[in-house]
Amino acid sequence: MADISANFLGIKSPNPFWLASAPPTDKKINVLRAFEAGWGGVVWKTLGSQVKNVSSRYSAVNYNGSKVMGLNNIELISDRPLELNLREIKECIKLFPDRAMIVSLMADNTREKWHELIAQVEDTGAHGLELNFGCPHGMTERGMGAVVGQDPEIARLVVEWVMEKATIPVITKLTPNVHSVVPSGKASVEAGTNALSLINTIQSVTGIDLDTFVPNPYVAGKSVFGGYCGPAVKPIALKMLATISQDPVTSKVPVSGIGGVSTWKDAVEFMLLGATTVQVCTAVMKHGFRIVEDMCEGLNNWMDEKGFKTIDEFIGKSVPKLTQWEELDINYHIVANIDQNKCIHCGLCYIACEDGSHQSINLQYGKPYNTYTIKEDECVGCNLCKLICPVDDCITMVEQRKGPEYINWKEFQERGMPLNDH
Amino acid sequence: MPIKNNRLTAEEYEQNFSDLHPPFDSRESALVEANRCLFCYDAPCTKSCPTEINIPKFIKQISTDNVKGSAHTIFVSNIMGAGCSRVCPVEKLCEGSCVYNLMEETPISIARLQRYATEQALQKKWKLFERKPATGKKVAIVGAGPAGLSCAHVLSREGVDVTIYEKESKGGGLMTYGIAAYKVTPQFCEEEVKYITSVGGINIKYNQELGKHISLAELQQSYDAVFLGFGVGLARQLNIPGEELEGVVDAIRFIYDIRADAFHTVPVGDKVVVIGMGMTAIDAATQAKRLGAKEVTLVYRRTQSEMPCTEAELDIAKLDGCSIIWLAAPAMIKGAHGKATQLVCNTMQLGEPDASGRRSPVESGETFTLDVDMIIKAAGQIPFVELVNNNQLKHAHGKVVTQMNGSTNIPGVFAGGDCVNGGKEVVDAVQDGKLGARAILEYLNV
Repeated sequence: MADISANFLGIKSPNPFWLASAPPTDKKINVLRAFEAGWGGVVWKTLGSQVKNVSSRYSAVNYNGSKVMGLNNIELISDRPLELNLREIKECIKLFPDRAMIVSLMADNTREKWHELIAQVEDTGAHGLELNFGCPHGMTERGMGAVVGQDPEIARLVVEWVMEKATIPVITKLTPNVHSVVPSGKASVEAGTNALSLINTIQSVTGIDLDTFVPNPYVAGKSVFGGYCGPAVKPIALKMLATISQDPVTSKVPVSGIGGVSTWKDAVEFMLLGATTVQVCTAVMKHGFRIVEDMCEGLNNWMDEKGFKTIDEFIGKSVPKLTQWEELDINYHIVANIDQNKCIHCGLCYIACEDGSHQSINLQYGKPYNTYTIKEDECVGCNLCKLICPVDDCITMVEQRKGPEYINWKEFQERGMPLNDH
Repeated sequence: MPIKNNRLTAEEYEQNFSDLHPPFDSRESALVEANRCLFCYDAPCTKSCPTEINIPKFIKQISTDNVKGSAHTIFVSNIMGAGCSRVCPVEKLCEGSCVYNLMEETPISIARLQRYATEQALQKKWKLFERKPATGKKVAIVGAGPAGLSCAHVLSREGVDVTIYEKESKGGGLMTYGIAAYKVTPQFCEEEVKYITSVGGINIKYNQELGKHISLAELQQSYDAVFLGFGVGLARQLNIPGEELEGVVDAIRFIYDIRADAFHTVPVGDKVVVIGMGMTAIDAATQAKRLGAKEVTLVYRRTQSEMPCTEAELDIAKLDGCSIIWLAAPAMIKGAHGKATQLVCNTMQLGEPDASGRRSPVESGETFTLDVDMIIKAAGQIPFVELVNNNQLKHAHGKVVTQMNGSTNIPGVFAGGDCVNGGKEVVDAVQDGKLGARAILEYLNV
């Protein structure tokens, strides 16, 4: 049995699975249920100035009958009284002392307000603070949330205020609604933040009602941009996390990864790109706290299979596998192969290659089943047919190197070698 | 116990003849199935449909909530797409070749999805086709069955005025009169005919029989072209002693009565034997059982591997409690007081392959006897030999001989459906009608 516990700046949790700051972590009743289910920690829903929410608040993107591929929200920070939240946080810590309790904060933008809020929260015995510099709606109009995270200099200033006061670890949560998360991340680290977390939600319009012409979610005939999250944003989150892990400044602090984590596999991917813990929200909003059971078991089994004893042994392992395009080996070449015993003759590889790629698949007519074969000389090894094929391992990519040695684009140009003729 | 009607209560009849394959009960359930479809390219299902419906396209259209477009995609290839979704032996056509079969997974429920789209078109009376301006051409069609209606719809869309002569008082042909009631109801058939003719330019004259009320010569004179889709006649004679006894009935007539009258008026025996193992035999056997017969036995002279009906059809019969005797050929019907009481059968064994490639049954020399009070003959149907002969149509054993495009030996006279193929599926007749219409349009230079 592997040890899946996490130690994040001294904040210990029995597993690296935390719940992100969101509705599932906004009150004692939820958080206790989460801890009972096995979650390693929570980031309590953002505390700050008093707000009023609207109805409705969520909308979703479905894909081919699969519900909530992405979730969009226009909910604000906690709308419960601060005192009540603080009292409940304290009670939860007492009942589950082995779990991580991080509190998300978004104070009005003055040094005094931040200091006041930090003092109140530290009184609860919380283990860490997370600065919400990312909420993309509602709070931005008041100079909070994403407007802080989108401007590195404002982020730097606020982090400096926070670090003057905070005595427990501070995690700065970054917004993805920027060209690159690195400048704000860098400014925050330089200003002293102990850790980073990312990503917050991505501004979005999930869809429009084709009868009323009002985008979702609907609020009395109008809508606003919301924050998008869930499985759909995972690839974007992973890329942004990777840039934080690659940068010499930001890579110095631990990271809590967020963005579409639904399974232990997603979590491992975030960890391989440098996250020490991951935070989950949408998957729990869809399925409940119970999903953590498989997350723990899956991670454990995978670590056993790979021979990892602790999570530190694999965190960041994939970061060096990312390189620059011009460093890629041009002599590496693969071609598709269709296993005729597995082929179900759906023709999806053929039409994808024919209309969308390099016309490298033969169609031999048959009634009712056509036979499809690869034109190896034409195949550029793009993977499209393999990705499209509905049968596992029917299409495989077979290595057929163009030359034995590694040669990259720069070298290729220097030697004046021939370009593609496709 | 004699043959009698009124064996069941109204509720029992209703239950026994309710929809065999109920439709999707919600948009959501249809979408779940539609989304399973892989959207194959040059799809095997389409290639296995005699009318070549673009199945992946119509299923995709259901999944995008374009049900109107979906219905149009179906009807443009098969105007009886609604009826076919209920009566087609899909397990040997589209669904039988669905690529999911090759993955050992349940094929897409193409028929149910087709029903989902087409039923809405019929119920909501969607006008999916516009007639082109009138060409001034007139075509007569004999028979308002699947072939005739399909031909009429294509012609009408192209601006040709069509008159259909139908010997029955309702349209739909065997769809209305020759198929088990739990597959399609008479009401549905009527609605479908109404929907098809709602395109305009199609006038059906009922109770007009070729050779009786009208002649081919008259039609040739009054119209620019004629399409014959008069189907096939009654069941083949057994040619065995005792066939004339009371209680020996024709499957086509038996099913016709079920379809034309209320269920409780149709008499059925206690011990029924059905001879044959085609779709009609199954429809007759299952419906005899559902009308209240105590024992129904299907007797077939070959084995299961040679049977013309599909496995799915055989399963219906078995689930209805019908027994099956393979390798048994009727030899003699014994009777008392003019009524059939016993069927003597020869036990058969399989010999050399015959013209159809199936091993032909030969007598083993042994016989057995079944106690019966009703025998339903369903061993194939006989073409209208006399009608065809009288009109100088070239034929093969009564089946009208046509070119690939449906033209007969008489210029301007085309034919298709059961009267040409001797009795195939509804969907085959629809395709014949479509091809016939195309040939007529070419002949008329439309």
